[in-house]
Amino acid sequence: MTETIVITSGKGGVGKTTTSASLATGLAQRGHKTAVIDFDVGLRNLDLIMGCERRVVYDFVNVIQAEATLKQALIRDKRHENLYVLAASQTRDKDALTQDGVGRVLEDLAADGFDYVLCDSPAGIEKGAHLAMYFADRAVVVVNPEVSSVRDSDRILGLLSSKTRRAEKGEGPGPQHLLLTRYNPVRVEAGEMMSVADVEEILGIPVLGVIPESENVLAASNSGVPVIHDAGSIAGQAYADAVARLVGEDVPMRFLDAPKKGFFKRMFGT
Amino acid sequence: MSLLDFLRPRPKNTANIARERLRIIVAQERATRGGPDYLPLLRNELLEVIRKYVQVDPDAIQVNVERGNDGEVLELTVALPEAGRATGTGG
Repeated sequence: MTETIVITSGKGGVGKTTTSASLATGLAQRGHKTAVIDFDVGLRNLDLIMGCERRVVYDFVNVIQAEATLKQALIRDKRHENLYVLAASQTRDKDALTQDGVGRVLEDLAADGFDYVLCDSPAGIEKGAHLAMYFADRAVVVVNPEVSSVRDSDRILGLLSSKTRRAEKGEGPGPQHLLLTRYNPVRVEAGEMMSVADVEEILGIPVLGVIPESENVLAASNSGVPVIHDAGSIAGQAYADAVARLVGEDVPMRFLDAPKKGFFKRMFGT
Repeated sequence: MSLLDFLRPRPKNTANIARERLRIIVAQERATRGGPDYLPLLRNELLEVIRKYVQVDPDAIQVNVERGNDGEVLELTVALPEAGRATGTGG
């Protein structure tokens, strides 16, 4: 049974691709055969974050238009043999993705025995974003603790419950998970940033994970290695926890509190 | 809280402001979600017509579609400005 999960957000720049790369890698590390698809036609980037940009020969649109087979277009990850990337096309033709075409690719992946297919949505609510969510069984909504990101995520939740195949069949939207990124516990404690509880309450969906703001995320994207590989970083560990929860494990939240200050810092500040 | 913090002006708790603003706007947007697509347009055109007669705020008009047992009801609420502050040009 293949499970299709959309990674979406509405707003751009909140960490959808970073999240897609790390969740897909984490699922593969746990032994699940996983594919991750970049739906951002015209602005391909997942290949860079996964570190396979120089191995892209055929892309998602080539497969849909029957210019290449799915096997030819799937790029096998360097580190995990059960992890595959399907790159977005760099064409400027936004109509290159079709609902039938996407549906066929997902069926072929299911027939190939994939356990998980992650759909990395583009920002916005246009066609690419619509198709990324249309076939999804579940959704991971990536949110920054910031007003525009939270509001856009609520828009996306509305679309998930009305514009997906599940919704059209009257099955309801399917499980929706909140993944908070760029979380800064020090700023939350200072009243400068909304807390996990604030965002959870406004959006009304359960939290899958909280990824603390970390310099390791940029370092990971610089080097094309998903940050979940950086097991020494708190961002990497937080993603590993999120993957565990995604497959149904009950893992306590970590990294939500600001580090305790020592006596000197308490007296004289930073 | 360090000693030096007492010397600095306390910054406002902007996280609370963000949360309250979001609560309101999200509730408002959820209320019109799932309604017909023409609702925002209808609301704007009604606003234009009303403004010919009474100068009301852009957010003084609430348009809601309520689903009852006997079908849908289009509910329109217009908050008029206090008497004396009205600057209608039509009448």
